[in-house]
Amino acid sequence: MAQTYIGTPIKRREDVRFVTGRGTYADDVKLPGMLHAAILRSPYAHARIRSIDTAAAAASPGVAWVFTLRDIGEAAMPVPMRMYKIAGLERYLQPLLAQNKVRYVGEPVAVAVAESRYLAEDALDAIEVEYEELPAVIDVAAALRDDVLVHEEAGTNLAAVHEIHIGDAATAFAGADYTRREVFRVHRHTGNPMETRGLVAHFDAGKRELTVYGMTKLLHYNRQVIAGFLRLPEHKLHFIENDVGGGFGIRGELYPEDFLIPFASFRLGAPVKWIEDRREHLMAANHSREITCELEIAARRDGTLLALRAKIYGNMGAYVRTHGGLVPCSTAALLTGPYRIRNYECRIHCVVTNKTGMGTYRAPGRYESCFFRERMLDMVAADLTIDPVELRRRNLIQPEEIPYEIGVTRPGGSPTVLDSANFPSALNRALKEFDYEGLKSRQGRLENGRYHGIGLAYFVKNTGGLEPYEGARIVIGEGPSVAVYISINVLGQGHETAMAQICADALGVPLEWISVFHGNTDLVPFGWGTFASRGTVMCGNAVHLAALKLKEKLLRLAGEQLNCDPAQLELQGGAVYRKGSAAALLDMEELVVRAREAVRQSVGRPELEETAYFNCSQLTHSYGVHLAHVAVEVETGTVEILRYMVVEDVGRCINPLLVHGQAVGAAAQGIGGTLLEELVYDENGQLLTTTFRDYVLPASTDVPRIESVVLEEAPSPLNPLGVKGAGEGGIVGTGAVLANALSHALSGMGLQVTALPLSPENVRKLIRNRAARAMF
Amino acid sequence: MSAKRLVQLTVNGKSYERFVEARLTLADFLRNELDLTGTHLGCEHGVCGACTILFNGNAVRSCLLLAVQANGADIMTVEGLARNGELHPLQRAFQDQHALQCGFCTPGFLMTAFAFLKEFPHPTEDQAREAISGNICRCTGYQPIVEAVLQASEKTASERK
Repeated sequence: MAQTYIGTPIKRREDVRFVTGRGTYADDVKLPGMLHAAILRSPYAHARIRSIDTAAAAASPGVAWVFTLRDIGEAAMPVPMRMYKIAGLERYLQPLLAQNKVRYVGEPVAVAVAESRYLAEDALDAIEVEYEELPAVIDVAAALRDDVLVHEEAGTNLAAVHEIHIGDAATAFAGADYTRREVFRVHRHTGNPMETRGLVAHFDAGKRELTVYGMTKLLHYNRQVIAGFLRLPEHKLHFIENDVGGGFGIRGELYPEDFLIPFASFRLGAPVKWIEDRREHLMAANHSREITCELEIAARRDGTLLALRAKIYGNMGAYVRTHGGLVPCSTAALLTGPYRIRNYECRIHCVVTNKTGMGTYRAPGRYESCFFRERMLDMVAADLTIDPVELRRRNLIQPEEIPYEIGVTRPGGSPTVLDSANFPSALNRALKEFDYEGLKSRQGRLENGRYHGIGLAYFVKNTGGLEPYEGARIVIGEGPSVAVYISINVLGQGHETAMAQICADALGVPLEWISVFHGNTDLVPFGWGTFASRGTVMCGNAVHLAALKLKEKLLRLAGEQLNCDPAQLELQGGAVYRKGSAAALLDMEELVVRAREAVRQSVGRPELEETAYFNCSQLTHSYGVHLAHVAVEVETGTVEILRYMVVEDVGRCINPLLVHGQAVGAAAQGIGGTLLEELVYDENGQLLTTTFRDYVLPASTDVPRIESVVLEEAPSPLNPLGVKGAGEGGIVGTGAVLANALSHALSGMGLQVTALPLSPENVRKLIRNRAARAMF
Repeated sequence: MSAKRLVQLTVNGKSYERFVEARLTLADFLRNELDLTGTHLGCEHGVCGACTILFNGNAVRSCLLLAVQANGADIMTVEGLARNGELHPLQRAFQDQHALQCGFCTPGFLMTAFAFLKEFPHPTEDQAREAISGNICRCTGYQPIVEAVLQASEKTASERK
């Protein structure tokens, strides 16, 4: 009987160290002689630096060094773009420390290193910087006028433009029965993992090796860049993540600090720790989501969608960061969603402003585009007096059309192909689970002083791929024990359990024998990382392949020991059986001992290890439906979520406990992002939301009980396990579904939501503006 | 700044004496002076609750207190929950309910819930949800944490019988 760890809700093995307070996060690393860094940041959104005087700071008690960009000298390089390097963006990269100008509140200006964080922060107070304040430009429309240039040498704030042309949108629009144009806006917000960024860099001057703790997400790539910066051989750098307090896209990208802290240790020859505080995090770590979209749609009178035409504007902030143009480009990439829309045209504008740089936040661009599209579809349905579900049904790509090629929707990419799906089936399941038909009668109804609205949003999310491979190495020791070394890292997802499940099933050993090691560049020589819902897709399959290779080897060794054909043998539960027989011929412990001994005579090396890389550049798409039932109080603008459901097809579910956990947790994040959170700037470019009192994250009383339905109807044809990533489906549809539900609730007033967040203040504004318009 | 003061206190049943600067926070004291790094700092301004500890039996934010204020106090941190290698029912419940992912906020939730269950051993779901509303978790969506608190309350109730 085949083992079935895969698909079983196995409790996480990593939990015990976390619930006992024994996790090791960046700030828990303490090394002898360790110094502490603090970073002086710009208080202005836009200013010229006239002078920086660090003399008094350098003389402060306990201070080891205070440095500015000049001290980095020739090695100083900007933080490079890693992806979506659209031509033009390269002019806007961030220097490691501000040079002649500061361009956003929070930009690093100088670094103080001292015996304690308290003393390092004291030293910051003693640094004298003379600024000449300049006018700031914070929104895209103003930035596009180029009256104020964020980067004078570039001559424009329009950093880059990229266009998508699929089919012939102009002709489709010209011949359409119906068209509509709307301007949508998603507000600036970001991931806010509970652990802020943090690093401990230790340059061993004797060995000339640099160990950095606290690096995560992209260990190998980051190591490669930092090795180049410090001009050290790549393999003399050891990047170790330990435990990580959440990622959500923000953490683990290269930021100036990832260069500055290793540099400080390299120069001082002592370990240097830097732990970001929350205020710094809110102003310096990547912001995300701020996208404006001018969207036009063309349809036949019967609701058949003919074309989409979009202008997308991304507020990139002051510098283009590691993700390049990813956020606005990803907004465009899946704007057509699960629908058959043959004509699609999009012009993407990356615009720089005096705000913090933009990067990814869980389902970057896809949260935005799902809101734009699904909101528009509800408006189209109302205009054409077609039920919103029926409108979607008429346009969903049918199972027999899969794989469905949308066309080239990403810069320099191959065509976007929806690889596997049964879109109508997931919709039907969602409607049934939610009792949508039963609830429909309450649509827009006033009950006990509140208007009720029921909304739905369909999403498609690419997972896996992006970077072409991940690797795994499996080693069998006596005991027996199985070590799985993986090339990716973990930011809380539970890979130590999920990867062990995959290995156990493929190898045919008990789960308890397996230990999973991750987050260290020395374990597997090459790798990318954990992002874009690719961990299980890419590395899970690498583990699977390595385990299968190793099993084949073990069976050959067993065949040699037992004098029989390995093809007759199988490995289950850690013992070797003859196929079809229930009696174990040899247990693994014995086999391992004998194999280690036997190889001395044969190949001359222990063979009890295998490495495999799983390679796949093609994206595999998860999909599903979000549903929400809300009640809105008109007087206060408060939106209460009475019921929320995520239905998501992940192809194949390795561990239901973890997959549901991802869906529910992601939905909670999205609900917070949609209803509560916003990074607010004033007209001078001052960030007003620099504490958790101002930037309001959802608490237990803000989040409803979220229902999660996981489907496995469309396994991925692109990998042997058939899996799709499950990290982002829970968040993609949150903005769209809540905006749709709210619009339905207020449909009696003729209100349509076109902008997020749906804070009480904004909902009130929407109602007031409508009332004001009605008066004239 | 450098004048140091004596702090004597009990943490997880063990007595400590240290000379500390007046400005040292209690959280930094626990983490850096006593190496009890299970108490985490998520915001350092009293909102997120990751640094929650028990201070003379009450759940408090250790980032908002100075170490010198803890002179004579009896403190319990997450490291004091498990006894003799046995997980506390709350810890077990967090694992059972998948009430943690990255684990960073978990110590704060455990200490908040521990204090809450001492006062309200048989909470309703709404009470449990309310009790943890001063702690922020970015991973779980809270429902599993509510379930864990309820599971632990049943567990402690049944053990008492």
